[in-house]
Amino acid sequence: MAENTRKLLVCCDTGCLANNARAVADALEAALAAAGLDVAVERGSAELKRTGCIGQCSHGPIVKVHPDDICYYRVKPKHAEKIVASLGGEPYQPLLYRDFDGEPKLREADNPFYAHQKKIALRHVGLIDPLSLDDYLEAGGYEALKKALTMEPQDIINEIKASGLRGRGGAGFLTGNKWQAAASYPAQPKYVVCNGDEGDPGAFMDRSLLEGDPHSVIEGLIIAALAVGAEQGYLYIRDEYELALPVVATALKQAEAAGYLGSSIQGSGRKLHLEIVRGGGAFVCGESSALMASIEGRVGEPRSKYIRSVERGLWDKPTVLNNVETLANVPFILSYGSGEFAKIGTAGSKGTKVFSLVGKVKRSGLVEVPMGITLRSLIFDIGGGIADRRSFKAIQTGGPSGGCLPESLLDLEVDFESLTDHHTMVGSGGMIVMDDRSCMVEVAHYYVDFLCGESCGKCTPCREGLRHMREILENICKGQGKASDLEELEDLAFALQEASLCGLGKTAANPVLSTLRYFPEEYEAHIKERRCPAGVCKPLTLMQIDQEACTSCRACLKACPLGSVKETPAASPDQKATYHIDPALCTACGSCREACRFEAVVAVRREATCA
Amino acid sequence: MAAPENGAAQFNATGEAVAKGTLVLEMPEVPRERIEAIIQCYPPERRYALAVMQDMQHSFDYLPRTALELLAEYMSFPLAQLYSMATSYKALSLKPKGRHIIKVCDGTACHIKASLNIIDELDRLLGIRPGDVTPDGQFSLETVNCLGSCALAPVVLIDGTHYGKVTLEKLSGILESYKPGGECDG
Repeated sequence: MAENTRKLLVCCDTGCLANNARAVADALEAALAAAGLDVAVERGSAELKRTGCIGQCSHGPIVKVHPDDICYYRVKPKHAEKIVASLGGEPYQPLLYRDFDGEPKLREADNPFYAHQKKIALRHVGLIDPLSLDDYLEAGGYEALKKALTMEPQDIINEIKASGLRGRGGAGFLTGNKWQAAASYPAQPKYVVCNGDEGDPGAFMDRSLLEGDPHSVIEGLIIAALAVGAEQGYLYIRDEYELALPVVATALKQAEAAGYLGSSIQGSGRKLHLEIVRGGGAFVCGESSALMASIEGRVGEPRSKYIRSVERGLWDKPTVLNNVETLANVPFILSYGSGEFAKIGTAGSKGTKVFSLVGKVKRSGLVEVPMGITLRSLIFDIGGGIADRRSFKAIQTGGPSGGCLPESLLDLEVDFESLTDHHTMVGSGGMIVMDDRSCMVEVAHYYVDFLCGESCGKCTPCREGLRHMREILENICKGQGKASDLEELEDLAFALQEASLCGLGKTAANPVLSTLRYFPEEYEAHIKERRCPAGVCKPLTLMQIDQEACTSCRACLKACPLGSVKETPAASPDQKATYHIDPALCTACGSCREACRFEAVVAVRREATCA
Repeated sequence: MAAPENGAAQFNATGEAVAKGTLVLEMPEVPRERIEAIIQCYPPERRYALAVMQDMQHSFDYLPRTALELLAEYMSFPLAQLYSMATSYKALSLKPKGRHIIKVCDGTACHIKASLNIIDELDRLLGIRPGDVTPDGQFSLETVNCLGSCALAPVVLIDGTHYGKVTLEKLSGILESYKPGGECDG
């Protein structure tokens, strides 16, 4: 490739595809072809590359121009000609990122969304074409594997141990120790498995990695196999990830053809065969023993772990199960040394962590930050604060088994220990920001309802306890809660934590415990006053229009799907029409409140209005 | 539609008794050869059972009883265990689905951006709850836990097309294009 080749990187990850990125890429390709020789002669040739996730999904589709380092956001197909025409000259101003100061930001690094990030696991995502092995090799790919082939297995394990890498899938177990344990058992054959069954609602980092940089996950898995002495491995990937599956399948074929997999890896005589297994869409299959049951062709139910899977896992043989993100860190550690990794992070949690920062923040998407960053920095520096001029209420971390943290804990440094101490966890890395229009009782109910549906039903505390909790929370949300309910929830939570068989049940009480602890006033408002302070629980809520604040803009009238906003025409030309909401028709869906720009729609207690 | 004419008890596609007068979706016929073609792609080993069922699900949009019987025979594997897998994994369904499959994401990010209102609005527009099929077989409605497009919440997926930042206002327009004769009803 010529030095002066300019590259247009178009993010074609799921988030951007949903925003029509494919049409943008096609239009750019056509525009490049149409511009043809002129551009090539005067400004060097340009080529288009379809890449994985560039991160700021809320502002997609994203197009980057290299080597000029210009980043365009919210690109539409109609902008293609303008972008191509601007290559090598003045950047096309209207598509540059503008922060709250209104100043256009030319480079990605100037965008505060990226400025606080540190990329290790995502180091290639958004820069390389995931379907091109050459791209990966050019970026230093498979160098770590070549190095590993010259090392003794024990030295590989020691290096991973020294890095302090911990599992990114939930529990945060030390990866090096896991490998050591599996390597220490004499039983053969041994297996390595990559856990890509990302079932947490609100998290998509594994999907982005598999779609954007499949080879680094595969390379990590090969290194794991060399370290523990496995010759067969599996990548368990959610069947719903329709883009990730073919990308990984292609990458596996490429790796095999290039001799990084197969009967003799790079002529070393070591062999490894990798296979994709499609998940069946069950949250519990993210649990190691359930996942292995699923690979074996059984219902995904966990077993009790008196014997760990590193000793007896798949088909009762020693098995190492690592999460996608964990594996993507492995080649980095071997290439650059464990010290380079371990110098980032906190005492107990080394390196970086990928979070999906979503919910009610201004800038949302995938971020990779050093362990130990504060929640405040994540939400306000990277996320740009709360969207729509609302105020912060809570941040939910760790998926359905995590918890909600309040404003008083915003300065908490994020690592495995600090979050566990506060009834939540890092989990797979979902970070969902909630504003004052999120009801914490309803959120607790949402998670318990989710877990209730995903509980496999094998052990009683989880199966029955969750159902009972859901019933209590449902009643509270309907305004039928009792004063004794809170104590009963605590009791059930204790039973779940102590007596459940697997991690799903043991952590299932977190959403309830954390909201009970940090937002007791919301539970009390529901139970004692029959009122939902956030205006979310429909049986307790009615929307009303504050006539003082109303500007008669009609936004609420247009937003209401039920026609419950009624207009009273202006009595004379110098007056404005007035609006009110018919309580008999209003279902409190809140569409009018979302649409109103003037805080004129307010949620009130339903009974009070009807009476 | 099966016409509920006589006085005999009526059963739906999966063999459950249903109230008289209920419209019952007919099971689309799946030729035996198509089922066998899928099964033959895999060796008769238990660990491939899930993959075979997923392929059938993709091809037929549901798992016909004959298909499970043939698979059980091929794998020398009790039918009851295939049934247990088919009902445990969310990706599999024993009931036929509608012509267009609407998936409303109810992951956390979508949930706090009021995905439940979308479900209620679809109920109002189509008269179905999640898990149901419209009587004309045009739509089926499902909720999914997360589509991984959280930055675009709330998200609705219809036949593989993502609709991000959906509002109740936009919803009926989107549906219209999937109704018979609509531009997406190909």
